[in-house]
Amino acid sequence: MPINYFLILSAFLFCAGAYGVLARRNSVLVLMSVELMLNAVNINLIAFSAQAQDVAGQVFALFVITIAAAEVGIGLAIVLLIYRNLRSPDLDRVEQLKG
Amino acid sequence: MWEQQVAFWVIAVAMAGAAIGVVRANNVVHAALFLIVVFAGSAAQYILLLAEFVAWVQVLIYIGAIIVLFLFGVMLTRAPMREERGKLDNSQRLASAVVALFLFGVLAVFLIDAFGGTELRFRDSMVEVGSAASVGDSIFRQFVIPFEVVSMLLLAALVGAVALARRD
Repeated sequence: MPINYFLILSAFLFCAGAYGVLARRNSVLVLMSVELMLNAVNINLIAFSAQAQDVAGQVFALFVITIAAAEVGIGLAIVLLIYRNLRSPDLDRVEQLKG
Repeated sequence: MWEQQVAFWVIAVAMAGAAIGVVRANNVVHAALFLIVVFAGSAAQYILLLAEFVAWVQVLIYIGAIIVLFLFGVMLTRAPMREERGKLDNSQRLASAVVALFLFGVLAVFLIDAFGGTELRFRDSMVEVGSAASVGDSIFRQFVIPFEVVSMLLLAALVGAVALARRD
C-alpha cells in the first residue's frame, strides 16, 4: 500500500483546516479548524511510524494529542473572554489593537 | 491487501467530505458533528496502520473530551442553533480557498515527488510495535523527559484556563 495515500489524505485535511482558519469568522469554528490541522499531522506521524516500523512516531502523535487538548482548553477560555467582553464570538470584532 | 485499500478509500472519502463539512457548515453544531466523523475516521486509519493504542487514545481524547469541550464552547457563546448562511464566514472566503488549493497542490506535488515509490509493508511484528505495552515502554524509557514536560504543560494549561475564565 503506497504511503502517499495517507500523506495526501493528511495534506488534504491540513489544507481544509487552513481554509477554515482563514475563512471562518466564528472563533469556535476557527478552533475546530486548528484541530483539523493538528489531526492531519497525527496521520502523517502514524504513517511514517508504520513505514519506519518504529514506535517513536506514535509517541509523537500522543504528545500532539495531549498538546491539542491543552490548546483547546486555553483556546476556549480565550473565546469565552472574547464573548464576555464583546457579546459576540466573531473574531473580526476583536480589533482593539488596530491603530 | 485489497481489503485494506478498500477500507482506506471508504474512510478517506468520508473523512474528506466531513472535513469540507467542518469548514463549510452553516451551523456550528453541525460542524462539531462533522469533526467527530473526521476524528473517528482518523482513528480507523490508525487501526489500518496498526497503531492500536494511539487509535483508542484518539477516540477517548478527541471524540470523548475535545468534542465535548467544543460543544460547551458552542453552548457558552450562545451560538445560534439554526442555519445561518454566510454569518459564520468572513469576507475572505475566495482568497482563503485559493490559498488552501495552492497549498494542497504544492504539498501533493512534493509528496508524490518525494514518496512516489514508497510502499508500506505490513508485517505481523508491527502489531506488537503499536501495542500499549510497546508505546508505554517507549514513553517511560526513551521519552520520559518530554512526558514530564507535557505533564507540566497540562498543569499550566489547566491553571491558565481557570485563571482566564473565572469571573472577577
